[in-house]
Amino acid sequence: MKQKKSILDENLSRNDPRVKQILVKMKKENYRPDALIEILHTAQNSYGYLPMSVLAFITKELKVPPSRVFSTVTFYHFFSLKSKGEHTCLVCTGTACYVKGAERILSEIEKDFHLKPGMVTNDNKLGLSTARCIGACGLAPAMVVDDEVHAKVKPEDVKNMVLSKTGVRV
Amino acid sequence: MNRQDLKTMADAAKAEHNKYKHKICVCCGAGCISSGSEAVLKKLQEEVKTRGLENDVRVVPSGCMGPCNQGPLVKVMPEYAIYQKVNCENIAAVVQSQLIDKKPIEDLLLFADSRPKPFVNAQEDPFFEKQYKIVLKDCGSINPENIEDYIVRDGYKALDKVLFQMSSEEVIAEIKHSRLRGRGGAGFPTGIKWETVYKYVADQKYVICNGDEGDPGAFMDRSVLEGNPHRVLEGMAIAGYAVGANKGYAYIRGEYPLAIKRFEAAIKAAKKLGLLGPNILGSPFSFDIEIRIGAGAFVCGEETALIASIEGKRGTPRPRPPFPAESGLWGRPTLINNVETLASIAPIINRGGEWYSEIGTPKSAGTKVFALAGKINYSGLIEVPMGMTLREIVFDIGGGVPGGKQFKAAQTGGPSGGCIPKEHLDVKVDYESLVSLGSIMGSGGLIIMDDSSDMVDVARFFMEFCMDESCGKCVPCRVGTKMMYDLLSKICSGQGSLKDIEKLEELAVYVKEASLCGLGMSAPNPLLSTLRYYKNEYLAHIKENKAFELKAAGEVSHG
Repeated sequence: MKQKKSILDENLSRNDPRVKQILVKMKKENYRPDALIEILHTAQNSYGYLPMSVLAFITKELKVPPSRVFSTVTFYHFFSLKSKGEHTCLVCTGTACYVKGAERILSEIEKDFHLKPGMVTNDNKLGLSTARCIGACGLAPAMVVDDEVHAKVKPEDVKNMVLSKTGVRV
Repeated sequence: MNRQDLKTMADAAKAEHNKYKHKICVCCGAGCISSGSEAVLKKLQEEVKTRGLENDVRVVPSGCMGPCNQGPLVKVMPEYAIYQKVNCENIAAVVQSQLIDKKPIEDLLLFADSRPKPFVNAQEDPFFEKQYKIVLKDCGSINPENIEDYIVRDGYKALDKVLFQMSSEEVIAEIKHSRLRGRGGAGFPTGIKWETVYKYVADQKYVICNGDEGDPGAFMDRSVLEGNPHRVLEGMAIAGYAVGANKGYAYIRGEYPLAIKRFEAAIKAAKKLGLLGPNILGSPFSFDIEIRIGAGAFVCGEETALIASIEGKRGTPRPRPPFPAESGLWGRPTLINNVETLASIAPIINRGGEWYSEIGTPKSAGTKVFALAGKINYSGLIEVPMGMTLREIVFDIGGGVPGGKQFKAAQTGGPSGGCIPKEHLDVKVDYESLVSLGSIMGSGGLIIMDDSSDMVDVARFFMEFCMDESCGKCVPCRVGTKMMYDLLSKICSGQGSLKDIEKLEELAVYVKEASLCGLGMSAPNPLLSTLRYYKNEYLAHIKENKAFELKAAGEVSHG
């Protein structure tokens, strides 16, 4: 099987629209190191995650040590060094969702899609993650499929909901 | 825009709004949007147009109205009729019967499926009747993305008042007089905090709005930021004027994209009108606000960690003193207030500290917003005067526990708080009473549990949270939470012993006393409060193990 070229081998082109977005943000923030988190947000929005090459790029542009960038990225839950998958499924595990059975939703997904939190399907189509609380507690249990919040989720509906939203095949 | 322009604008907008006979608000808070309220809004706008009612009816996409569980919600004013679970199919019927036939559809009214007879005027429903809305007063009645809607309702009047009629000292005195305390959870008197920052002399000071609502099970700040962002913005500007800061940061959780979007829009609109930026309303005072998006770290709710995060670093706390009031953001005096605290400022300035101080209890003045969730009939967002009993909140407002089950515990304060059992349902909810029960007020998350909840597992759940969210800087928290989590998991899986309980009690004291910041200091609270009230459940789990051991021993001896 032909292996996909690793992103680490690639050179970031300044004409890449995703790189351009990061550059625009950096310029707006005057290349200030204290805007690092803001810039990382932009980078993750354009790439879906934070590839090493992008971190290396940010390090050079902001003139900060790589350790500063890497330690910040790994500290915050929001940032991911791995691809989260083309489609994402996020299950809220906050207190209200916990009381109302978020665990059962997770085990349903594990059964149907063989995914545990933090994992992505082999074809990179679907990724599963959990959130500490998305603030939809009045509508617990909640999950987010591709940025759309689903309220009062019933475990038995999860499979169809994910299938119809993402088009992923099991 | 100067003072006169603001008044002219308010009057013009008021006259414009008064031309309409009705106002229909469609809740567009994150909760109702997930139930499909945006489609309902569109359909309603079409419906009003096709019936030629555009000159009679003003349709407003509003913020959270409260009973999130019943969404999408549609409110018809001035009748105050609230319709629940509205969809694109039945919205036409609502318009027809409520506006044209003048006969509300009872089956669709709020709580029609659970009350013997729903209230035509929702304000008479116990859910609303018992509430006292100050922070949430305009939330659910105005379009958060339209600054005019806010200005009509006395918006920016308080800012105008402080800029032209009050000195910094007078503003601080008014806040002190109101006896407002920090709504982020710790309850430090706001006026004293302001005064401390004011007294430090520096070339630059900052105001930070703490919108990093990290407690799982809490969504008050999200709803306020989404439903009435200008109120928070105005509070920040007034705080800036009082302490002598001209720059503010609003730190909002990354998990709240809608709140970020609306707050951004609010900043833009206020800047356009000269209510933010240089020489506000023609006064010498300038104030600017920038948004910082949180990246998902619970510890960033702690003020020194939050400051580190705004500076673009790992969000780890540092020892205090020096307190941020002396040395905060970039080493400058910094005022940090919670969203709800800042949203309380404008009404206090407008109506006076005296008025505010008379609401609530002597030690805890004013109102508190709570997010009711879990095993409760009417979950959602409520605001009550301090000192209301837990029973009133859970049963009168929240409608009790569903499915014929029994109330078991109310969890307040999230991972830093504790569980309040049935026998203390009559506790008056204020800062001191909750602490005396081993919990804390916290930011306002109130999760109700019924008799199906395993309280040891609840303690394990929160300990897992604290273990994950511990920043790792100090050992007692980093190692202690992990050890307590392991012991709790052991007990939950039926492999615990009485010794483990002793070990847990011992560790809890170490972690509480020796941790660097609030996260570690309060991490043992859920464990301690469940041990205090539900020790029998711990013992029951341990007995499972004893039975297993005896059985195993029996088999050996017989074999």
